[in-house]
Amino acid sequence: MPDAQLLAAQDLRLDVNLLDYVILALYFLVVLGIGFAARRAVRTSLDFFLSGRALPAWITGLAFMSANLGATEILGMAANGAQYGLMTVHYYWIGAVPAMVFLGVVMMPFYYRSKVHSVPEFMRRRFNGATQLLNASTFALAQILIAGINLYALGLVMDALLGWPLWVSIIVAAAIVLAYITLGGLSSAIYNEVMQFFVIVAALVPIVVIGLTRVGGFSGLGEKVKQGVLGEGGLHTWAQTGGTDNPMSANWIGLVLGLGFVLSFGYWTTNFAEVQRALSARNTNAARLTPIVAAYPKLVIPIVTVIPGLVAVVLFGNLGKDGGPTYNEAIPLLMNEFLPNGVLGIAVTGLLASFMAGVAANISGFNTVFTYDIWKSHVNGDHSDEWYVRLGRIATTGGIVAGIGAAFIAAGFSNIMNYLQSLFSFFNAPLFATFIIGLFWRRMTAWAGFWGLLSGTVCAFASYILYKTGVLDFGTELNASFWGAGIAFVVDAIVSVVVTLVTTPKPQSELRGLVYGLSDASLSDDALAGDAAWYRSPVILGAGAVVLAAAFYLPFL
Amino acid sequence: MAAPQRLFDIRRVIGGLFLLYGLILTVTGLFDGAQEIQKAEGIRINLWTGIAMLVVGGAFLLWERLRPADAPASSDASSGDEE
Repeated sequence: MPDAQLLAAQDLRLDVNLLDYVILALYFLVVLGIGFAARRAVRTSLDFFLSGRALPAWITGLAFMSANLGATEILGMAANGAQYGLMTVHYYWIGAVPAMVFLGVVMMPFYYRSKVHSVPEFMRRRFNGATQLLNASTFALAQILIAGINLYALGLVMDALLGWPLWVSIIVAAAIVLAYITLGGLSSAIYNEVMQFFVIVAALVPIVVIGLTRVGGFSGLGEKVKQGVLGEGGLHTWAQTGGTDNPMSANWIGLVLGLGFVLSFGYWTTNFAEVQRALSARNTNAARLTPIVAAYPKLVIPIVTVIPGLVAVVLFGNLGKDGGPTYNEAIPLLMNEFLPNGVLGIAVTGLLASFMAGVAANISGFNTVFTYDIWKSHVNGDHSDEWYVRLGRIATTGGIVAGIGAAFIAAGFSNIMNYLQSLFSFFNAPLFATFIIGLFWRRMTAWAGFWGLLSGTVCAFASYILYKTGVLDFGTELNASFWGAGIAFVVDAIVSVVVTLVTTPKPQSELRGLVYGLSDASLSDDALAGDAAWYRSPVILGAGAVVLAAAFYLPFL
Repeated sequence: MAAPQRLFDIRRVIGGLFLLYGLILTVTGLFDGAQEIQKAEGIRINLWTGIAMLVVGGAFLLWERLRPADAPASSDASSGDEE
């Protein structure tokens, strides 16, 4: 996942007028309106934290993808497009789609049918309370810090584009997110994510169309990229990956195992901010379809991120050079260059909306985990359902305030925050190891879950700190995250196996529905009419997404 | 409107917002001068984006009209108390 690298304030001021502000203001009104309207549907804690488990797959699927389509992701992937060329599509076609399909086809039945509220709660059921608390604490802390990084990046972008003072943007955006999540809970967050997806697409498509017109269509773009700094390598994805003589300096083993397996499966299958969207689906089939529905737009998102990056590197010769604009400024530069007032307002709105959706995803994940997995499970579990809804609202407020605090820390120590961002990018690797071993190896014991996860997490930290202090030399940041994730994964697996061999396994009766091969026969089938159709089959649609991902590579080998 | 606890349909909100945005952009696009058009490489981008958003907004409203929210098969209201 990309760094929240910082936008410099010069040369980017957009020529916005009243029309653009009207468009932006309308969006804010609709967002708050959704919050108020969703509030009427919140009666139980299940409504607040999981949208009453009533949403259809297309909504949870788009929200699943949007939770990842924050502005740092969009700006960052355009930046990668400018810097690495077409190799950036690896982040989508091998680094996302296979893991999303795996989550839907293999893992989701366990998550959804166990009726857990969160990933940490699943860890408690499969392992024990200590594992739950460890996972919940690291997750909650990470969400607050990431929300802070997002808010800070938002403040910087708004300062650069519109001249808003940093703290005004941060507080206004945080207040809006706070309002709609406190009111409507996860429903608000999900509805806004779905809406944000369409607005951000409407914002980016005009940039792509005008940009391609300027450079002479796809063939003109290819020609100019070849002649530019990226050269021939900028137009290929797998060429020269036998060695490291390619724009990413990555070889194919690193791409397949590092990005495609450890990093990607860790992020997509165990990150609760993502999985929560699927848990809010209305039945098992819709939950399984959630990440698969998301995989299809994910396949074509590079059109609106990587292509603008390539156009920018062709048009702005000093992009990414000393004294020139940074790679992260690719999309703002193009907005400034191409968009007249009106569409410009849509673009600014889309950017701001996707920042806020990112923060909302972090906060709605945080409040659920704090309420269920930290407070209810480990502090006090004897209150009424309404009491926990209230606690969830308080946790939302606390989370936002802490996020603003983290944003101000980021403003003061931006380096530290950048390091944390890179660290979180492989933070889920050990969690994935624990999860996948626990799923397929019945004998794995409760304490193996805890000690495996703890040692894996500590190793992820340690390897990154050793890299940053120069003790270990991994070359590039990308390589460091691959190795960090790989080491954490392997250590977690080894510790899990060793501890399992010296402790007693849980009885099978406690593992029903939580491990592979021990289904819970007491659960009734929750299929709806129409679920049997081929176009609602997770396996068929999932296979289709993977085949498409592979086919998309063919023209760009 | 069904029972009060049922969540409103997001398709109506997206459809409405896109129709509104589409209208604003289409009107703006009709009155765009040479400067705006030149900035966008000769494309009347406000007009085209406006029309596209009108179509998308209309499609959402039509979809909602033709296929109203699927009635959940199981008892929706009781799902909150099952634990």
